[in-house]
Amino acid sequence: MLMPAPEQDIIAQRLDLIAALRAIVPGEGVIADETSLRAFECDGLTAYRQLPLVAVLPSTVQQVSDVMKLCNERGVKIVPRGAGTSLSGGALPLADGVLLGLGKFNKVLDIDWDNRCAVVQPGVTNLGITRAVEHRGFYYAPDPSSQIACTIGGNVAENSGGVHCLKYGLTTNNILGVEMVLMNGDVVRLGGKHLDAEGYDLMGIICGSEGLLGVITEVTVRILPKPTTQRAVLAGFPTSESAGDCVAKIIAAGIIPGGMEMMDRPAIHAAEDFVHAGYPRDVEALLIIELDGPPAEVDDLLARVKVIAEQCGSVSLRVSQSEDERLSFWAGRKAAFPAVGRISPDYLCMDGTIPRKTLPLVLTRMGQLSEKYGLRVANVFHAGDGNLHPLILYDANNPGELERAEEFGADILRLCVEVGGVLTGEHGVGVEKRDLMPAMFTEADLAQQMRVKCAFDPNHRLNPGKVFPVLHRCAELGRMHVHKGQLAFPDLPRF
Amino acid sequence: MPETFIPSGTTDVADLIKWAAAETRPLSLHGHRSKAGLGRPAQTEYALDMSRLSGILDYEPAELVLTLRPGTLVSDVEKLLGARNQMLAFEPPDYGPLWGHAAARGTIGGAIGCNLAGPRRFKAGAVRDHLLGFTAVSGRGEIFKAGAKVVKNVTGYDLPKLVCGAYGTLAALTEVTLKVLPAPEKTRTVLVFGLDDARAIQALAAAAASPHEVAGLAHLPAAVAALSGVAYVAKAGTGVTAVRIEGTDISVKARCEALRDLLGSFGAPLEELHSMNSAWLWREIRDAAAFALPQDRVLWRLSTAPLSGPAVTAAIVAAQPEARFFYDWAGGLVWLTLPPAQDAHAALVRGAIAAYGGGHATLIRADLATRAAVPVFQPQPEALAALSRRVKDSFDPINILNPGRMAPSAGN
Repeated sequence: MLMPAPEQDIIAQRLDLIAALRAIVPGEGVIADETSLRAFECDGLTAYRQLPLVAVLPSTVQQVSDVMKLCNERGVKIVPRGAGTSLSGGALPLADGVLLGLGKFNKVLDIDWDNRCAVVQPGVTNLGITRAVEHRGFYYAPDPSSQIACTIGGNVAENSGGVHCLKYGLTTNNILGVEMVLMNGDVVRLGGKHLDAEGYDLMGIICGSEGLLGVITEVTVRILPKPTTQRAVLAGFPTSESAGDCVAKIIAAGIIPGGMEMMDRPAIHAAEDFVHAGYPRDVEALLIIELDGPPAEVDDLLARVKVIAEQCGSVSLRVSQSEDERLSFWAGRKAAFPAVGRISPDYLCMDGTIPRKTLPLVLTRMGQLSEKYGLRVANVFHAGDGNLHPLILYDANNPGELERAEEFGADILRLCVEVGGVLTGEHGVGVEKRDLMPAMFTEADLAQQMRVKCAFDPNHRLNPGKVFPVLHRCAELGRMHVHKGQLAFPDLPRF
Repeated sequence: MPETFIPSGTTDVADLIKWAAAETRPLSLHGHRSKAGLGRPAQTEYALDMSRLSGILDYEPAELVLTLRPGTLVSDVEKLLGARNQMLAFEPPDYGPLWGHAAARGTIGGAIGCNLAGPRRFKAGAVRDHLLGFTAVSGRGEIFKAGAKVVKNVTGYDLPKLVCGAYGTLAALTEVTLKVLPAPEKTRTVLVFGLDDARAIQALAAAAASPHEVAGLAHLPAAVAALSGVAYVAKAGTGVTAVRIEGTDISVKARCEALRDLLGSFGAPLEELHSMNSAWLWREIRDAAAFALPQDRVLWRLSTAPLSGPAVTAAIVAAQPEARFFYDWAGGLVWLTLPPAQDAHAALVRGAIAAYGGGHATLIRADLATRAAVPVFQPQPEALAALSRRVKDSFDPINILNPGRMAPSAGN
């Protein structure tokens, strides 16, 4: 993974920059010693590490604005960071860049029960929002698996999902407003407690922009009444085809479950060995189908799901009869990653989305790739929305094995694109999938995305080296090659 | 009338826009012009009629995706989806009659361009929440795509959000992929009679905060309720508060029961509408049908925090007793008509929103001169306006796509 070459003239100004930053953020808010900087050297994609030039932890919006303005004027890069749980390297520091941590923005500012929203600072954790509102029967719907640690600011940057997003949407569908600081120090507010934008939907583009367009300093999220009932079905299938068929038939029957997860045989075995959830071992695919909502609706749909699963050849079928049983169905799925961590020294977690109907083909081809690379793979799958998480098992202590695992992963993602899917369903591009972007987008597609980047940050100072494989200068991207000429469309009807 | 080109494919569109860019000839983009009255009036020498780029390209009910050309009629799409018990969950409104056009002439491209959504908006989202991907031609004449044809994707910037509500000022869409969802088996509506606005919005808030998964929350003051085509509503003689429930048969019945208990605590008489009447009422609310006539009255669409709705309307009525209005989205969407005026009462309307928690107001209907003089869309603070202009430039650097439709532009 090649990052942009560090700018030596910036590194040479380090001490001067630190002094200027300290004038903005006093005391311990500027971190410059190597030991303390180690804490920031990587995010959830731990294969890549880099010490930042310096880290700044501002505590006011004015400080964020001043830091960004200073860096913009001096041509210094900025890498924003929430809790650092990104799985794609979105918060990987740069040797010549300031790491801007938003951890001190950790307050819930306002809970507006009547308007069903909460105004929070970006460093509040995802679960922290639900914790703040659950005593009155509300929750914040998106629930990425890192929800204990990950922050809402990071969720906005990555447009995070979770197991419930087929029914309840991603972050972008659950936020009403943001305040953000642009690279030039401008503070802008988008949205509020009302719906829809008065002009361009800039909040829509900020969400999922991976920290390349602005730094979020406040978020207004929608809170929803908690569903009264949640019940789950655990169904084992002899083939991935029959499990996939079951998923398609449930949706075709008009049912959108709160969650619908699939695991393949290696994942089932790893999870069962680890947490003893009572999963059947003699099946090729296991589905957890969770229905939530008013009790009458849940009972009604549960009966229908059961019939569909039986029709699709389910060989083992359990319906949760208690909350404990429902949680036990989930215990294995939720522990799938650490369970795989037990059977392999290291693993890579991939994140493609595919049209669901191509699942059998993708699993077959993945099996062939597994043989080719000599590495095992286990699959967990957000089956409702086609988001596939292959876990590639490898041992970093064996020379060359990380590289082989990465190549295997890249092949899987290319396969996802080939069958009509995408490189990333919820983890983001970051540095991890950056160089695969041309597999999905043409040069013209990427150029248009980068021009939008230029509208926010014309000098590419904000989180460069992420998302885009090659950074073109904005002046070059903006140039138009026009050839004046006569209109010659004799075939086109006109009036 | 501008000279109008009628392209039939993406390449035609790209050739035309390339030419227009080279010659600096601004273009107006339109489908069947059912919403031509919406937005600032933009006059151009040339126009692109996109209506021939129509038809379904791929529909996979089990994958919940539909790929089509944007010139396809919304009504045709609804028929296609209805046959498979699916729907566009954002409930695209049909505003054509608000300007005296025939009903059901709106295209998918128009719905996307205006980011319009009906009563289910607060629960299911707007068009922006359902546009998964597109192919388009930028103002540079370049063909590009964004997003994808699967329901879950975060690869690259979410440009589909940006083209929703951009009124064709960023790119000409030539192919779009939408997320579709199952249609509810059954719909019923619980009505509450006789609540004043403030009480009604509190009742709607209570329903919204309940776990009964409501899918429509509206309040019609007496003067508007009287115009309904649903007898129960029209003959009430009072304000009518409406709560919609969707789902399976058993579930809808059980939840209606629970909601009647909840809403009964507001001490007013209740009624229940079944399928046909329910559909009729919510269609009227969706399309602001009560305000189609008389067409010389100016029409505003306000988006506020839900609980602010009654305070905003009270401030407006205090200055303009002729104001008529109703609430959707639990109070967060206010439809408002006022007598004709040169300034369309813009300062009054936007001042009231600013005084009660913020939001925005769009001038939906007014004559040409008024729409040229009054900002149709809520003016933005300067830093935000400047950012929006830079975003426009990034797609359309010489300003040839629908120039001036959203914000005044140089030379317009």
